[in-house]
Amino acid sequence: MDNLINIGIRSIFIDNMIFAYFLGMCSFLAISKKVKTAFGLGIAVIFVIGITVPINWLIQNYVLTAGSLAWLGEDYANIDISFLQFIVFISVIAAITQLTEMAVEKFSPALYGTLGIFLPLIAVNCSVLGAALFMVGRPYNLAEATVFGLGSGIGWMLAIVALAGVREKMKYSNVPAPLRGLGITFILVGLMSLGFLSFMGFTL
Amino acid sequence: MSTEAAVVEEVVEKKAEPLFSKKNRKLISNPLDIDNPVTVQILGVCSALAVTTQMKPAFVMSLGLTIVTACSNVAISALRNTIPSRIRIIVQLAIVSLWVIMVDQILKAYVYDVSKQLSVFVGLIITNCIVMGRLEAFAMANKPWPSFLDGMGNGLGYGMILMILAFVRELFGAGSLFGFKVFASMGIPYQGNGLLLLPAGACILLGSIIWVQRTLNGYRESH
Repeated sequence: MDNLINIGIRSIFIDNMIFAYFLGMCSFLAISKKVKTAFGLGIAVIFVIGITVPINWLIQNYVLTAGSLAWLGEDYANIDISFLQFIVFISVIAAITQLTEMAVEKFSPALYGTLGIFLPLIAVNCSVLGAALFMVGRPYNLAEATVFGLGSGIGWMLAIVALAGVREKMKYSNVPAPLRGLGITFILVGLMSLGFLSFMGFTL
Repeated sequence: MSTEAAVVEEVVEKKAEPLFSKKNRKLISNPLDIDNPVTVQILGVCSALAVTTQMKPAFVMSLGLTIVTACSNVAISALRNTIPSRIRIIVQLAIVSLWVIMVDQILKAYVYDVSKQLSVFVGLIITNCIVMGRLEAFAMANKPWPSFLDGMGNGLGYGMILMILAFVRELFGAGSLFGFKVFASMGIPYQGNGLLLLPAGACILLGSIIWVQRTLNGYRESH
């Protein structure tokens, strides 16, 4: 249990998807102008990462790794199809995103109205595929992988909501014209990332 | 009569679209400046920041991305009339990941150390917004040859920003270029600036590059 809490805190704060790895920057920069939409997108990302990481863990450990097909019978024990990792992972992510979109459309049309255009974009959010690929590189079990996925999503949401909050206030400041928009946003992200560095001091 | 007309039309069309017409040259040159994928279109930022602590991985990464973008642009453009629009994202992802798998296997076979250094970022070319963005915005509506040029142009524009970032970060962060100790070889003692090697330094540096570029080319954005 302690272990799970550690992984959760680590993936939210210390190994934050945005401030430590720069994953999911495109939508992070493009959809952080308003706190409300940023929050909606953040929730959707948490949902998608939280589901895809455990599914991809199962696929990685029972289908893709060398010798993992042994449960199908003796003949399959020597098969190694780990080179298909990318295409399988991205298909799972794209499929789950599509399913999420359909489910939201059916059960909560109001939320769909707010999120509509962002939902399909989650499939190409680097942080989702990134979380799956990081998960492969670390010796997690299924519960740990799930916590890691949820934590990464929550960290991403915190980051985008924080940036959106700062950008809303930026309207009132006088930024040099060529720096307006993207330029000042990058510098802001840099400063926020410096702040998040302070979490690195924690040893868990 | 009709065949003659057809021939004339064909000739006219050929004249209108030579291999490197002005319009086609623009496809290459625009992404380097006013239509740069990283600094203007905000595409492919993740990897631009993450792989640029050293010149070598940055170079390999830009090469890989240029190849993937150009090739998948051609493939999608050739298939553009047969892809049903509802499932186009999955089709695009499948084609892109095929090219990425190829690049990844080649890197693993020939430059294993760089491939280790790039770690997940080779795989993340699949979700690199430049590839998807160009497929959606250009290849779905244009012929293969212009799409190829567009892919090359955007790959080069991305590569240019990557090389500038990596140059500054490696030179001032670690005092070397392509692993060659520049300051040490000139006999100057140099204490590397650790901030530039951190994610934060990269963000601030990229912000400054955008500032300089927009001051030069006059591109403005209202908040």
